[in-house]
Formats: sequence, structure tokens, C-alpha cells
Amino acid sequence: MLNEDTANDLLNHAIDMASLGMDANEPETETLETSIEVEHLSLYYGDKRALNDISLRLPRNRVSAFIGPSGCGKSTLLRCFNRMNDLVDGVRIEGTIRINGQDIHARTVDVSALRSKVGMVFQRPNPFPKSIYENVAYGLRLQGVRDRRRLDETVERALRGAALWDEVKDRLHESALGMSGGQQQRLVIARAIAVEPEVLLLDEPASALDPISTLKIEELIYELKDRYTIVIVTHNMQQAARVSDYTAFLYMGDLIEFDDTRRLFTNPGKKQTEDYITGRYG
Amino acid sequence: MKHDFSQWIRSGQPWVWLNAAAVGASLIMVVGLLGLIAVRGLGHFWPTAVHELSFTGKDGRTRRIIAEIRERETITATRLRESGVEVPAGVESVERMLLKTGNRDILGSDFRWLLARRISGDRTPATLTVLERYEWGNFYGYLKNVKQHGKVVAEGDMAWPALLSRIERVTALHTRIRRIEKHDIGAINYRLERLRLRERQLQLDGNTDPAPRREIAAERQKLKARFAGLRRQLADLNRRIQRDSLVMEIMDGRQVEIPLAKVVRAYRPNAMSLPQKLGHYFGKLWEFVSDDPREANTEGGIFPAIFGTVTMVMLMALLVTPFGVVAAVYLHEYARQGFVTRMIRIAVNNLAGVPSIVYGVFGLGFFVYFLGGVIDDLWFQAAKPSPTFKTPGLLWASLTLALMTVPVVIVATEEGLSRIPRAVREGSLALGATKWETLWKTVLPMASPAMMTGLILAIARAAGEVAPLMLVGVVKLAPSLPIDGNFPFVHLDRKFMHLGFHIYDVGFQSPNVEAARPLVYATALLLVMVIVVLNLSAIMVRNRLREKYRALEH
Repeated sequence: MLNEDTANDLLNHAIDMASLGMDANEPETETLETSIEVEHLSLYYGDKRALNDISLRLPRNRVSAFIGPSGCGKSTLLRCFNRMNDLVDGVRIEGTIRINGQDIHARTVDVSALRSKVGMVFQRPNPFPKSIYENVAYGLRLQGVRDRRRLDETVERALRGAALWDEVKDRLHESALGMSGGQQQRLVIARAIAVEPEVLLLDEPASALDPISTLKIEELIYELKDRYTIVIVTHNMQQAARVSDYTAFLYMGDLIEFDDTRRLFTNPGKKQTEDYITGRYG
Repeated sequence: MKHDFSQWIRSGQPWVWLNAAAVGASLIMVVGLLGLIAVRGLGHFWPTAVHELSFTGKDGRTRRIIAEIRERETITATRLRESGVEVPAGVESVERMLLKTGNRDILGSDFRWLLARRISGDRTPATLTVLERYEWGNFYGYLKNVKQHGKVVAEGDMAWPALLSRIERVTALHTRIRRIEKHDIGAINYRLERLRLRERQLQLDGNTDPAPRREIAAERQKLKARFAGLRRQLADLNRRIQRDSLVMEIMDGRQVEIPLAKVVRAYRPNAMSLPQKLGHYFGKLWEFVSDDPREANTEGGIFPAIFGTVTMVMLMALLVTPFGVVAAVYLHEYARQGFVTRMIRIAVNNLAGVPSIVYGVFGLGFFVYFLGGVIDDLWFQAAKPSPTFKTPGLLWASLTLALMTVPVVIVATEEGLSRIPRAVREGSLALGATKWETLWKTVLPMASPAMMTGLILAIARAAGEVAPLMLVGVVKLAPSLPIDGNFPFVHLDRKFMHLGFHIYDVGFQSPNVEAARPLVYATALLLVMVIVVLNLSAIMVRNRLREKYRALEH
């Protein structure tokens, strides 16, 4: 294991680089706003610590990827951002998470409102057993939208946003369960973006899909990042390299390294990272 | 050889055979059960031949007997000798026949046994006539003549067609009389009773305002006038229905005059062709399912019992489903899963094993006496001292059965809730739904097939239950249906009839056991059919829901 001080040093270095958009060797021109800010986050399942003092800042309107071997805590970390872990019995969280400056664990925060601002797409497509239209309109109806025209418009916009409109526009009122897996996953993305979130969390969104569907999802992520801050958890390092701007490598609940994707993959700062991306363990 | 045998054991073949045998045995039992009650029950309505038998009596003289042969059995001679019947020595066993002789008002009983060896002649003359009567059961004999106002109007061969046309007239009159008695006068009585209650309520409230009283009095006057009119109509109809009578010659040669008003139908089974028999059969069958019972439930139909059973089960379903589902949702979704929840769940499961009569006792003590008493005190002061809800009735029976079946619904619903993929719940929550919204919009609809499964099991259990019902609302004969045309249309306080109880009543409490036995089978068959229909409709609803909320395929 790493010496803790060194680890923190390196971590801070990575955070600085990411948040400032700076690089020791080649300074970048863009300035990045922070969207999600994590400080000293630890998470326990009962006595077991699943995340260990994690601090990082994820930039707005960029794609950040979490990679790491199974059980490293990358999904757990992702699920912290919309407080999905609240549903699990015996979870305890220390540290703070701020999304656009708002501490999401503050007492005043309404979890439902938070979740409608921080959309999430899961590993397996999970459309509701309703029509395609009703799936996309679900979030809007929750917000009390009744106006038919507005619903129609939003559904169309969301489906277009998820590159699904042309495929389903003639069967909006058929069951969503009749779609292919890839279509279902894009439907779930459409459902998430229909409520205009600020952040989109993708938890291994393509792991249950075939290569062509995966490609479509990746293209979609690329298009969506102009408008949303996207955080993606993936098993697949090539995918992380293809779609993300920044990558965090987690291992055993520790954040090992967080950096510009290109650099992390070509010139990792940590031995562990290098070992992982070159396939020596994990 | 030994090797082969162990090979055979290991191959699992014996196990397969055992399973197949078990399934086969179950099938045979089900088919046998249904077949038996169907044959015994449905055969009852077939017009059997009427025999004129000659036999030698104890005094050596030849007599004749007119009867349907219901049963033949062989018994040991010893048994007969013990009961005092003379049987020649050397005879080991004797055949005897159960004869339905009818004419209970004259002969004292409908059935008698006759030893087959005493019969010396057996004829089935085409002119033998069977009368089905409103009272005293069937009448068998030869039609002699038909009378109008005591004067013979048709005789011999002419008597039969005259009788048939006059029966038609009488039946039409009967229908009108029954309509007036049951429907019109029933409605007036009901409204008079409501007026009385209103007046009594005014008295109880200490209201001295004369206006509502005048209104009540006027209303009552109007009803009484109408009642008097109906009474006159009835008297007129009753006079007209008494016009005709017929004379029959019975087996001992006596001639008996019977008012036509007492005759339901007349037929000559020995002269009937197959289509006629079929017509008669289905007519009787229709009467059985659509008519009110007569003669202490041994004749007529069982429509009120069918209606009562279905109404009670429907009401129970309406009560048990929301209650069970809400309880299951709390147990499964909201309650902290720990020791207490586990104990509650065990308790709920054990409730399903409590004997049903215990629920009946509880229903009587708690629902009828306590809850009913409270309701009467609060809202039905005017009717006192006669109880409205503090007496067994439809509502209490349904509630008792709902309580009895609620564990089934809870267990099935919980099962269904636990089968909803977590991904779907999370998907809904991640869109900003609260837990309640997730439950209401997504989880509960998806669990609805499981709820229907629970309901199906509940219906199956409740519809066949008799024991608790005897304590909380079922009666042998209910004067009116729990749903009728009188406001408020559904009368939850009324007592009702039930097929299960009807079987019990006809089977055990009937004054005429032999006559009632086929009805036990027929009623049992109907009960099974009612349950099957109720269950099938629930299953159809469930299948549609299943199709709609087909679980996500991964």
C-alpha cells in the first residue's frame, strides 16, 4: 500500500490539476468550474469501510470516469452523489459533498429534489412497465406537469436528446418493455434528461449491451456533455479512455489518482494506476 | 441383475413414476369428485319413468303402487329378519327398491321401500300423470277430469289438454300474484318502515315541528291507499286462481280433488319423447338456478343462495384487498425489518391456520355485538329495540371472512413486492420520486398480479366457508335479497342465503331426507361452479395484469 502522506500529496496534486485545468507541463487554456466537490468522504457499511477519505472535484460540462477493479467503491461513490446510498440499511457517511455549491447532506435538502437535479442511469436498463411516452414523462408528472403540450414537447426533446426519437416516434404508446436492450438504455437516459438535471450519473451504462448499442451510448455521452456534467462508472478502460475527459482510479475504497484522461492513461502518476491500466492486476 | 436394479434406482426413473402416480391419483380424485356430484346432482332433474307396480301384501291381497323407482339395493336377509320382515328360510340376500310414491298429504310420506320379490307386475302406462305442487311435493296418479267452479268441464282424453292450458293460465296468475306480493307490497312495507323510523327519529330528537310529521302522515296515507289497492287486486287474483281444480285417481283407487292453484306443472313422463324430456330437464334446471326455494328448501330453486354467495364474496374481496395490501406494504416497505416485524409476520401467517369457526365466534362477539351495537347506538336509535346492525348480517359475514382471509392476501402481496426488481424502484427514486410515489406509481401496479393471486386464494377459501357464516349472517331462508330496488339498494344489514350453508341445511336439517339428497349434490355442484367462475374471472384479470406488467426481462 501507499504511504498515506504521499498518497494525499499526489491526490491533491491531481485535484489541483483537474480543478484548475492546469498541468505542470502544458497549461490548458480553458478554465473549469467545479460541479461536484467531494471533501474527505468516507462511507461505511456497518463496520466495513467502503470509501476511504476521498476528496475530488469534478468539472462542470465534462465527462469524468471512475475506473477500478470490482468492489473498489466506484459505484458506491457515484451513488453518493444522488444519495442513493440512503436506501441501504446501515450506511454511514462522513465528509461533505457539494453539488454546485450546495451541500447535499444539509438538513434543508429535499432528497427528491436533489435526485431530480442529479439524474442517474443504471447498469441494466430499467424502464418502467409503461409506454415509451409514459416512461419519459414519468419525472415530469412527478413534478406535477399536467399540460399535454408541454409533456409532448418535453418527451420529444428528451427522446431526440437521447438519439431515440427517430426509432420510436411511431410507437410512443407501446410498452417500453418491447424495445431492445440498447434502446431501453437510451430510453432510460431520455427519461433522466427529460427532467433537465444538472448532473447525469451513469453507472456502467453499457455493460449489459452489445457492441453496437455500446457505441451508440458512447456517442450519446459525447453529445450530452455540452449540457450536463456527466460522471460515468465503467469497467471498461477503453470506454473510459474514449468518452471521458477526466478519469479517477479507485482501488479498495481509496482514490489513487484523478487526472486528465489522456495523461492518466499515457503517463499515470502512480505505480498502481499503471499496473491496473496495463492489466497487471484488477 | 442387482446391478441393473441399482442402475434403475440411480437413473431416477422410480422417482418419475412416483411423481406421475401422485399426479394421476390427484387427477382421478378431482375428476371423480366432480363426476360424482355432477351425475348425482344433475340426474335429479331428469323426468324418470313412473311405474305402476302390482305386489302382494302381507294379507295376501294384490295391491298396486304408483311410484318412481329411485334406488335398488341388495341387503342380507338376516338384517331384514332382525327388523321383523318375514323372509323364507334359505334366502341369503334380498333385493329391495326405494320408491318415490309422492302424495305426501295422503300417504304420510314420499318414499317407501319394497322388496323386489313381492312385485308381481310392472307397467309404465303412458297416461300416468305427475303433478308438481307448490306444497306437499309431487302427486302421482291418473287424471280423471278437470273442473271449473266445481263442475266437470273436461273428461277422459279431453282432460289432459284442458289441464295443460288451464295450468298455463294459473301460472300466469301466480306470476302476477308473486310480483305484487314480493315486489310491490314489499316495497310499500319497506317505505312504511322507513317512515316509521323517520317519525321515531323526530321523536327522539325532541323535534316538535309539525311540518315533517304532516309530511310523513301524508306520505303514509298515500302508501296505505296504494296498499289497499294492491290488496284488492290480490284478492281478485286469488279468487280467479281458485276457479279450476282437477281430480286424480291415486294408487289405492281413491279420487282426490286438487285445486289447480296448487299445481306448478303437470307432465306424463312415460309418454314423453326425448326432446320433450330434454325440454323438461332444462326447464327444471333453469328453475333450480333462477327460482326461490319452496317447501323447506327441498323444492324449487336456489337463486337466493347463489346470489347471496356471490354478493358476500364480492363484498369480502372489496374489503380484504385494500386492507391486506396496505398491511403488506407497511410490513414490507416501511416497517423496520427486525424482531418485531418477524413476530408480526409469523403471527399473520399463523392466523391463516386458525379454524374458521373461531373467526365466526370472534365475528359474532366483536363485529355483531360490539361494533353493531355501537353503530346502532350512533345511527339507528330510531329502530330500537329491534337491532339493525347488532344482529348477524351480510356486512358482518363479509368482514369476518375478510379477516379470515387477510393473511393470505398479505403473504401473497409481500411475495409480489419482494419480486419487484430493485432496479425499477431505484429508477423511479433516481427520477426524484418519493418513496410513496414510487410505490404508488410503479411498485404497486407491478405487484398487482401477486395481489390478485392472494385474492384468488382468499376467494377460494371464503366461498366454501360455512361454519363462521352460521354465526354471523347466513340463514336458512332469507325473505329478500341483500340487493334490491329499494333505496339504498344494497342492504348490508340483511341476512342472506349461502350455497354452502344451503348444502348443510338441506342435507342435515331437511324434514324429507330422501327428497333432499339429490339437491345436496346439485347444490354442491353449483357451489363448485360458482367458485370456479369467481376464480376464473379473478385469474383472467390477473393474467391481463401480468401481461401488462410483465417483469423486466434481463
